[in-house]
Formats: sequence, structure tokens, C-alpha cells
Amino acid sequence: MSRLTHLEVLESEAIHVMREVAAELSQPVLLFSGGKDSIVLLRIAEKAFRPGRFPFPLMHVDTGHNFPEVIEFRDRRVHELGEELLVASVQESIDTGRVKEETGPRASRNRLQTTTLLDAIETHGFDAAFGGARRDEERARAKERIFSFRDDFGGWDPKNQRPELWNVYNGRIHRGESVRVFPLSNWTELDVWEYIAEENLEVPAMYFAHEREVFARDGMLYAVSEHVELMNGETPFRTWVRYRTVGDMSCTGAVESKATDLPSVVAEIAATRVTERGETRADDRVSEAAMEDRKVAGYF
Amino acid sequence: MASLASADLLRMATAGSVDDGKSTLIGRLLFDSKAVLTDQLEHVQEASRRRGAGMVDLSLLVDGLRAEREQGITIDVAYRYFATARRTFIIADTPGHVQYTRNMVTGASTADLAVILVDARKGVLEQSKRHAYISALLGIPHLVVAVNKMDLVDYDEDTFDTIVREFSDFARGLTAKDIAFVPVSAKYGDNVVGRSENMPWYGGVPLLEHLESVQVADDRNLSDARFPVQWVVRDHRTDYRGYAGQVASGILRPGDEVLVLPSRMLTKIASIDTYDGPVEEAFAPMSVTIVLEDDVDVSRGDIICHPDDAPELSREIEATVCWMTEAPLRAGGRYAIKHATHAARAVVQEVVDHVDVHTLEPDARADELGLNEIGRVLLRTSKPLAFDPYAHNRATGSFILIDEASNDTVGAGMIS
Repeated sequence: MSRLTHLEVLESEAIHVMREVAAELSQPVLLFSGGKDSIVLLRIAEKAFRPGRFPFPLMHVDTGHNFPEVIEFRDRRVHELGEELLVASVQESIDTGRVKEETGPRASRNRLQTTTLLDAIETHGFDAAFGGARRDEERARAKERIFSFRDDFGGWDPKNQRPELWNVYNGRIHRGESVRVFPLSNWTELDVWEYIAEENLEVPAMYFAHEREVFARDGMLYAVSEHVELMNGETPFRTWVRYRTVGDMSCTGAVESKATDLPSVVAEIAATRVTERGETRADDRVSEAAMEDRKVAGYF
Repeated sequence: MASLASADLLRMATAGSVDDGKSTLIGRLLFDSKAVLTDQLEHVQEASRRRGAGMVDLSLLVDGLRAEREQGITIDVAYRYFATARRTFIIADTPGHVQYTRNMVTGASTADLAVILVDARKGVLEQSKRHAYISALLGIPHLVVAVNKMDLVDYDEDTFDTIVREFSDFARGLTAKDIAFVPVSAKYGDNVVGRSENMPWYGGVPLLEHLESVQVADDRNLSDARFPVQWVVRDHRTDYRGYAGQVASGILRPGDEVLVLPSRMLTKIASIDTYDGPVEEAFAPMSVTIVLEDDVDVSRGDIICHPDDAPELSREIEATVCWMTEAPLRAGGRYAIKHATHAARAVVQEVVDHVDVHTLEPDARADELGLNEIGRVLLRTSKPLAFDPYAHNRATGSFILIDEASNDTVGAGMIS
């Protein structure tokens, strides 16, 4: 009898979590953004439920400011799987007056997604939503349970989390409440990339080094796009970059890189000295507790 | 990459209070093993400056919630990850204060090893004993007592020896497989990652080396096959019907004669399937799908085992329960119970005794368990449960109690 590698242990834990949710909650949904973590989630779902169908639909909260190649990839992947995709649109939330668009060169739709997400959860009656968030990403996430209980406003109460023992999860909730479930809680960024390499999973091309027109702001490189307004002194230039995370074009930075394939990306991540959110996400730089505050308000 | 992916996994819990330097110790482990990245470090340097700390306060790496940073205490478990060439580690950093015992239990429930912090100046306190007791109660096989702040006792050997003696005396009554003692200074890094030059009298290895070399593979129960059914995988196009779950213990193979509980039906394993194809054997903690030869009625919550080695099947359970809510547990109380993947209801027949978490003495006069209290109870369940003693099997010997009105998890049970 052989032993499992640490990746096999993490994979098995994630499969177990998904099956528990499918068995105990009545209306789960899997949030799929086209990013690397949710790509792994989809593979875990295949491992948990094939040859059957997924016992839940997929949903993307589309800010309208996503990278076009990610949307193209999202649709293709869903088609290959033969599963159902729902798109919750931030643009629609803006058009119907549910949220107000931020203005100015630093405008971002990051915060607005929370309302769109909560509205979609309510409209469809979802009582559980899978996300690809990992505890190694950020200090508030490091504290969150795998089954993260949310009140009927979608809010997280970090000081009063349900005890979570062994692998025995409590999926009981009242009507209107929900759980956010993070099957990849115990994975690191490097685990995700090693898994993608081992499983030979396709990821959007922007995760690999490519030449792109960018500009520098706050020590990060942003793609030039119609969604971002340049400020005085910001001059676009072309250089070789890749993305470590996939979010909105307005708040996701690129890193300079020559890693054009999976082995070189894995090597780059293994050697990096900066966290992925610290290097590429403006949304987390707002304050010491930016993520905690957003989660309390219902964010992932 | 290949070496990292094949390194095995150690899940560890740390217990102690911030005053003992627990968060500093974890910060030091992460920092010295190069798991702290520059933006995290800048963040901590900046925060240390703001708080007027003279040197970089590594504990700020760990405490993640606003309230924790403000109060300087750990309230809930934080999970941290790092890897060396030999192993990957998941640290559950648990709070040390009595009022957060339920959070410590959360972190300890999945751990293979517990690091218990003792302040060298203060010696073995009630709190250290409580942490060791809870770790042993939760079946953590390996304990490490890190005697911290050795710098503040001039790296004195006698101080360390006294603590080792005192703790060993106390630990004789515990069920841990082994206990190691390491004198450290988390603040200055002595014996955390590298060997300390300040304590030449210490003959053992630094903490990290111990964590890398503790044998945890032997802790697995490979003898008693237990497969709690989680989910029925069906494919109507091919009439496929398989029982999906995570192997709790033991080894299952195609062709094995198996017993399904609670129905007591006998059948054989036709195949063990995974997304990557059928496998010749399944063992803990693999997630697999079992196809049975006969068309027997199997559903979620059932346990598949070998007929000559079945768990006990009963509606009466005696268990040690850690109580996690304000409203006390009393005889007559009714709760939902979740055992492995099986859901039922339970009524409390009797509170047998209650262990004082300060003195660790059992008190047979007790007739209730309050918040963070631990004691033995007798339960009767609405349906029979197939269980093993927790000491033999953490997966089939554990359960949670859920308040049916609030839906909160209110009790953690370990079957006697």
C-alpha cells in the first residue's frame, strides 16, 4: 500500500467537502470565474460526481470589466463540461439602480459585486455557494471555516463562527441563511499550480507570460483598457507580463515574467517572495482589514 | 516540484496564549523557514512601528482579525501553511484562553501533533495542563512541549529540567503516544529552526527538525475497514450506481466481502472507482466510489465494513463531550447528532461526570455541562449508529451535537 502525496490528501478533502454540501444543502451553486482556483474547483467537482452530472449549476458574477479572454475561456470550459452556467451581471445591478458605479481613474466594480452576488443568491434561492478562496491568500481568510456560515444578509461574523470539528460539517441553516463553502481552504497558491500541472488543466492564456500594453500605478502594472482611465504622468508601454490572479481589469495587476508554460510558472511561484494578493490586487491594499470588512458585508 | 508534491503532510495545532509567545513562535517558524513573503513582512514591520514595538513583532503575522490585533489575543483558529523539502505543514493556531476552548477544539480535532507552549518563567501552569489534556482527549498522538522565553531565564538548564519533570509527571495520565520537550526562544529564534548556541546543554533537535521527522504514517488505522457512504453517484445512461465516500480507516479491495450497516446486508465489492479510473485498493483518506455486486439498498449515512470486523451498532452511546454553548447540556436535552455522514436525533440520558478544566479532576456530582466544559454523558439516539471507540478510530468515534432551534454546533463528542 502506498501513501498519498500531500496534493492527493488535499484533493480528497476537497471532494469530501463537495459531496457533503451536495448531500446536506438543497440548492448549492458553484462560483466559476474562469480563474485558476475555480478551474481547480471544477476538476474537483468532476472527481466528486462523475459519471453523474453536477448536482448544482455554475455561476459567474460578471462585473463587465473582466478580461475578454477569460470570458471566452469560461464559456468554452462550461460547454466542454456540459453543465449549466448562470451569469449574474454587475452591469445589470448598475442599470437597475441596485448599486452606483464608482467614478474617477481609481473606480472599481469590486465592491459592487457583493450586491450582485447577494441578489443572485436570493433570486435563485441558493443556500450554499462554493468558492475557490484559500486560507493562505489573506489574513481574514486564514480565520475562516471551510463551511462559512452567513446570515440572511450574507454577512460573516468572524467573532462567532460555528465550531468545525474533524471532517464532520454542520450544513443546517434557517431559510434565508446560506453557507459559503471553500473546498480549497487548505491549499496554497503553489498547490493549485502543481495540481493544474499534474492534472494538465487548461487555464486562460493570460496566466502565462505574454507581451501586453501596460502602465504603472502604485507599484503595480495594469493593462491598458477601456475600463481604466489613465492619470497624469501614467504612460503606457509594452512589456512581458503574466497574471497571478484573475479579477477585474481595473484592480488586477500583472507581474513582469518570462514564464510561458506550466513548469516555468510553477518554478516562478515556488521562488516568489511576494503573495499573490499583495502583488496583484489593489482591492486588498485599502486597509489592514480590507478583506475582513468586505466579508462581513457579504463578500466572498 | 516532484519533491514538493510527494512530501507528506503534517497537520499540527499550537496551543498557548499570546503571553506565552505562541503567535511569535509560529511567526518565527514561518519567517525562518522562509514562508513569509516580503509584502507580509512589510505589513508587519509597518504595524510593529505603529504599535511602538522595538523590533519586528512576528506575532502580528498570525493574528488575522481586527479584534485580535486590537486586544492582542487569539480568539479563533488561524490556519497557516509552510513547506520544507521534507514535509508540508498545516498549522492550526488555536487560542489558549479558557473562554475560547471551543475554538481550540476545532483546531485540535484534525491535528496529528500539538505544540504546547510553556513560559519558562512561569513553569507548568493549569493552562498548559488543560491544553495537553484537550490535545490528548482529541486523540492527537504526538505532543511537543515548547518551553519558550528561555532567553528570559538566562537559558538555564535547571529551569528547563524542572518543567520537563513536572510536565512528565502530569502527562503520565494522558493517552498521547509520545511527548517531546524543546527549550526555545521564539523571539530570538533559539532552537526553532536552527540549533541554539545559547543552550549547548540541550541534546535534542530544534523544533522544526522534530516536526519534520515525527512519524505520523504509523498513526493511521489500517486494520478496520470503515467506509461511511456520503453520496450515491448515478448515471442513468449507463445504469451506473456507485457509493461515494471517503475511506475512514482500513483498506478495501475489489472482491472483498462486505457488510452494510445498519441493514446488515452482505455483498461484495465489484469495483472501486475514481475519476482517474478504477483502483486496486482504497485506504484512508482516499475519496472513492464503491460499486457493489448485489443490488442492495444502501444510502447516505450507512457504513460499509468487513463482516468479521464490524463496528458496534447501538442506540446507546457513552461519550466524552466538550460543550460549546451557553445553555448547559442536561439530562433530557434533545439534539440533532451527526456521526460520520449519518444524521439522527439524540436525547441526553445522563451526565455521568464533569472534568474540571482547571484541575482536570472528574466530578461525579455534576448534573450538567456548561460552556467549554468537558464531561462524560450517556446518549440515546433515534436510529442505531455504527461506531468505534474514539481511541481506536477518530472518524467513526466522533460526532457533533447540533441545537435544533439555532442550528449551531453545540457539542463535540468522543465515544468511549
